Amino acid sequence: MFYRDNGELKTSYGADAQIFALAQERWAFIAFMVAAFAVVPLVADAYWLRAVLIPFLVLSLAAVGLNILVGYCGQISLGAGAFMGIGAYAAYNLHVRIPGMPLVLSLAGGGLAATLAGMVFGIPSLRVRGLYLAVATLAAQFFSDWAFLRLGWLSNDSSSGSVTVSGLEAFGVRLDTPQAIYVFCLAVVTVLGLAAKNLVRGAAGRQWMAIRDMDVAASVIGVNPVMAKLSAFAVSSFLIGSAGALWGFMHLGSWEPSAFSIDRSFQLLFMVIIGGLGSIAGGFMGAAFIVLVPLALNRLLPIAGDALGMPFSTAAASHAESMLFGALIVWFLIVEPHGLARLWSLARQRARLWPFAHGAGA
Amino acid sequence: MGFFIETVLGGLMAGMLYALVGLGFVLIFKASGVFNFAQGAMVLFAALALARLAQWLPQWTGMPANGPAAFAVAFALAGVLMFALAWLIERLVLRHLVNQDGGTLLMATLGVAYFIEGFGQSLFGSDIYKIDLGMPKDPAFVLVSVIPGGVLVNREDFYAALIAAALVAALSLFFARTATGRALRAVADDHLAAQSIGIPLRRIWVIVWCVAGVVALVAGMIWGSKLGVQFSLATVALRALPVVILGGLTSVPGAIAGGLLVGVGEKLSEVYVGPYLGGGIEIWFAYALALACLLMRPQGLFGEKIIDRV
Repeated sequence: MFYRDNGELKTSYGADAQIFALAQERWAFIAFMVAAFAVVPLVADAYWLRAVLIPFLVLSLAAVGLNILVGYCGQISLGAGAFMGIGAYAAYNLHVRIPGMPLVLSLAGGGLAATLAGMVFGIPSLRVRGLYLAVATLAAQFFSDWAFLRLGWLSNDSSSGSVTVSGLEAFGVRLDTPQAIYVFCLAVVTVLGLAAKNLVRGAAGRQWMAIRDMDVAASVIGVNPVMAKLSAFAVSSFLIGSAGALWGFMHLGSWEPSAFSIDRSFQLLFMVIIGGLGSIAGGFMGAAFIVLVPLALNRLLPIAGDALGMPFSTAAASHAESMLFGALIVWFLIVEPHGLARLWSLARQRARLWPFAHGAGA
Repeated sequence: MGFFIETVLGGLMAGMLYALVGLGFVLIFKASGVFNFAQGAMVLFAALALARLAQWLPQWTGMPANGPAAFAVAFALAGVLMFALAWLIERLVLRHLVNQDGGTLLMATLGVAYFIEGFGQSLFGSDIYKIDLGMPKDPAFVLVSVIPGGVLVNREDFYAALIAAALVAALSLFFARTATGRALRAVADDHLAAQSIGIPLRRIWVIVWCVAGVVALVAGMIWGSKLGVQFSLATVALRALPVVILGGLTSVPGAIAGGLLVGVGEKLSEVYVGPYLGGGIEIWFAYALALACLLMRPQGLFGEKIIDRV
């Protein structure tokens, strides 16, 4: 009724090509962002910020990065955790070894290091695809696990690769309260998220999608597969590496190599599948889902257990979680391969037509 | 010299066990084009079922504990469980994903892997359990007359490698000599052609998953008796992945050759190169080997050539 295309006249190409073509959506997004920046830090308590919102923001950045590689360019990666780790350890080295290094530059350096690593491990994608490529990315995962643990130089010779950062500040503001950390993460994620959205809407994104849909055909119509695949690896690794640096610096504070193990890679892949392959918004939705569901399960299962007279242990809850995620992955792949993002866009479509069941075009 | 031979022999025996897990991958990939990431979870599930049933059966039925009878019944029951699992996977997952591309199927089996891991551990518990095969554990010296001091061989590993070799031989016979085996090979060669001469695709898939389940059961039994039955068994599959990449995803002999190569390569590199790099390089050495192979021969050493069609 109120949410519709009527009366939206575009008078320039720029207006036609903007991310949110409908005025209502544009204003809703701006209002949402203002609320996220200004209202949330005031009302959310420390637990919500630390345990839910900050992990959600950082992991959604990583999921967006992985989605560019898997969802847009069709290159399966099981090594996202490794690139997060490379970002985190590179940022740590820049932070520790160069006195007075600004935090933002350390984090960006982490992202760039991951970019380089991503391009190196992306080289096999020029020769192989699908399952074989998944194995190449697994090689990145296992190699980096080993390197962080055994190569003392990477972790400043600390035992078992565990490192700590403290006394962070950005632009003259000390990042020691959950509120400050949250706003900093939100700013980084907003900038990089919008950049990613614009990349996938432009020429680069179309080349990636052409490669994904059929690489031989794409190269026939003039897409350079080397450039397309390597640029997808580079962009994706930059986002994942930046997310890794944020995860280490902002969320964990001190971490060990196991924070970026293969479980992290699988978790990110699950976010992308559940959120929606080939959708930037899907990365955020998948991350929200995967962050919130275990918390909800840990709260609800003991209550349900008490009600049924069967006490649930933590182990049982984690097994239930793994069963639930496994079943959900299969369910989404069978029923809705485009994930939550697709459900969301269907709902939006319905809202635009409401109160009618069908519309003419639109 | 003796030490070198010892290392190679140890590598060969470990490689036989990798080949066993790799075989599970190859069987399913050949017949259905699915890269079964859940193979490791199936190994874990089978080993858990075997260990716990062997422990529970004496309590339920009064059979003598730790006896061969209880173990045999537990083995049979675990086999039945694996068949049921295979049937359910085909019925609930694969049937709905026919004609999807390899990536989707891979991710689906990743989901299946998580489900089986959670399910198996809620059903059978998540502590460390023991499987006792009653194999002699003491090492033996062989070839004393040829090499001074002889060569130290771990007898348990030796028998495990023998079991694995026997299973591989039995599977080869099954594929070469039986009607079902021929049907499986026909499906592997060409789905459509096989269907057109009346081979029921779905039944073949169930059978091949059942066979992979049995392979997982044997692998779980051997690995479980070596390492103890615990969650880390599921990661055995990740160590066997480079094996099939090296050998080629579509080749049974390739899985065996790849397993032996990776086994020997891992041991030799760990002993002779590892100390210079800080040790523990076993975990990625196999992957580096597979990666090098991928860059030169994308289809693996024994795989069929991959041809692109638009």
